[in-house]
Amino acid sequence: MQTFQKIAVPFIAILIFIALWEFLVWANNWPDYVMASPSDLPAAYSKFWELFLIGSWQTLWRTVAGLALAVLFGTLLGMIMGFSRIARDGLYPILVGFNAIPKATLVPVLALLFIGQHNFNTVLMAFLISFFPIAVSVGIGLSTLEPEYRDILRSLGASRFTIFRKIALPKTLPEFFGALKVSVTLAFIGTNLVEIISPHGRGLGALFLSGQTNSNYPLMFAVLIALAVLGIILYYFVVLLERIFAGWAERPQQ
Amino acid sequence: MTNLIDIKGVTHAYKTPKGLLPVLSNLNLSVPEGEFAAVVGPSGCGKSTLTRLVAGLMKPDQGEVWLHGKLVKSPRKTVGMAFQNPVLLEWRSILDNVILPLEIVAPSMPRAQKVARAEELLALVGLSGFETKRPSELSGGMRQRASLCRSIVHKPDVLIMDEPFGALDAFTREDLWQTMHDLRTKEPFTAVLITHDLRESVYLGDQVFVLSGRPATTQYVLDVQYPGQDRQRKLDGLYTPECSEMLATLREQIKIAQGRHPDAAGH
Repeated sequence: MQTFQKIAVPFIAILIFIALWEFLVWANNWPDYVMASPSDLPAAYSKFWELFLIGSWQTLWRTVAGLALAVLFGTLLGMIMGFSRIARDGLYPILVGFNAIPKATLVPVLALLFIGQHNFNTVLMAFLISFFPIAVSVGIGLSTLEPEYRDILRSLGASRFTIFRKIALPKTLPEFFGALKVSVTLAFIGTNLVEIISPHGRGLGALFLSGQTNSNYPLMFAVLIALAVLGIILYYFVVLLERIFAGWAERPQQ
Repeated sequence: MTNLIDIKGVTHAYKTPKGLLPVLSNLNLSVPEGEFAAVVGPSGCGKSTLTRLVAGLMKPDQGEVWLHGKLVKSPRKTVGMAFQNPVLLEWRSILDNVILPLEIVAPSMPRAQKVARAEELLALVGLSGFETKRPSELSGGMRQRASLCRSIVHKPDVLIMDEPFGALDAFTREDLWQTMHDLRTKEPFTAVLITHDLRESVYLGDQVFVLSGRPATTQYVLDVQYPGQDRQRKLDGLYTPECSEMLATLREQIKIAQGRHPDAAGH
């Protein structure tokens, strides 16, 4: 019953969302160049299904690659900031400043730095936009570790690394996964930014752009929905990892 | 008689933005092997600093801390610690929490042996059947029991406790006092207990050290003569004239300790 509810509730919510969307377009009598309706989409998918498959794959793998880099670099940076006060004081302003820059402005910079390296640039952008939450949450998780936790192992002569592995790391996992969920969606934005803005792009972003140039509005909306679906898939993959590695943090339901 | 813990003339100050803050001043404290020392004193008088010194987590500016005839310079494996906060690891079962010190101190011990040792202790404190539970599924008193098991699982020479029962309600606290006595009978150890509770210090301690206000020095030492003195002290003993007299003496000493620095808490 509970598993049925867990699947049925979000499913019904999506159906209601689609129905509302269809109704709004119908009630306002919007033409498809203002707002395509859900019923326009299947035609777009069946006509361009091959492009959708290729584009989705390109978008997905580059997003995941960027995200993997963000996890590695963000965790490392978070560890440095979590353990060293000086590093924290020195790095925070730079990080916050960097994060405040609209990433779209970096696309031409990257394009000039790494001319023609479209895959590389895309992965790099996905990474640049998504490492910040991970670094901050790991840093805060480590720096707010109560001293008693450290003392129980330190009083036994445990090394810093042992304390990190046995206590600090697992204790930070819930915060880490919270940040990773934010980063997943951000990484998609980074990937698509490059795909849409840079000329001769690939992936779903490029498909969106070709929809625009050909005034194929249902295609553009179909791309957005495909992106949303990819985002949902990746998000729930992270939720699955969280269940496995940090399931203890979830309170048992009353 | 040899002392297991010897604190000789320890003086320590913390560096703060406002200058040096002296917390301990020429403090002396000795605990013979197997004895239970209770330490009481006004709030903020440096009692927690004392625990960190004995554990070797920090070095005093002046003076020496000796354990087992050896000068303490760094942490050693023969110490167990328990705090007011049970600091159990939420991602581990109760059993694995108790095993934790063994993983550091005796990494080569077979898992089955570690488990057997932990189960034995959990049974002693009445936590049999809770081995696989998570800390969040236990009550505050049960968590503190598990924390005590963890602090002695590796058979430390010295058990250092920093107000371990401070956050518990009065009845749970009395239960744990008795558990503490049971543990001592079956698992002999030398203990230093930091506490705010004078009744607790008399019920558990062989000696009660009263520290003066900050900077703390040993102001008074009470040899506890518990009514019906034997290992199994009875709670009822706390309500006898002998105990009342000891408690009155301690109360008087605390007043003196507080009087020395009436604004000690204002820092």
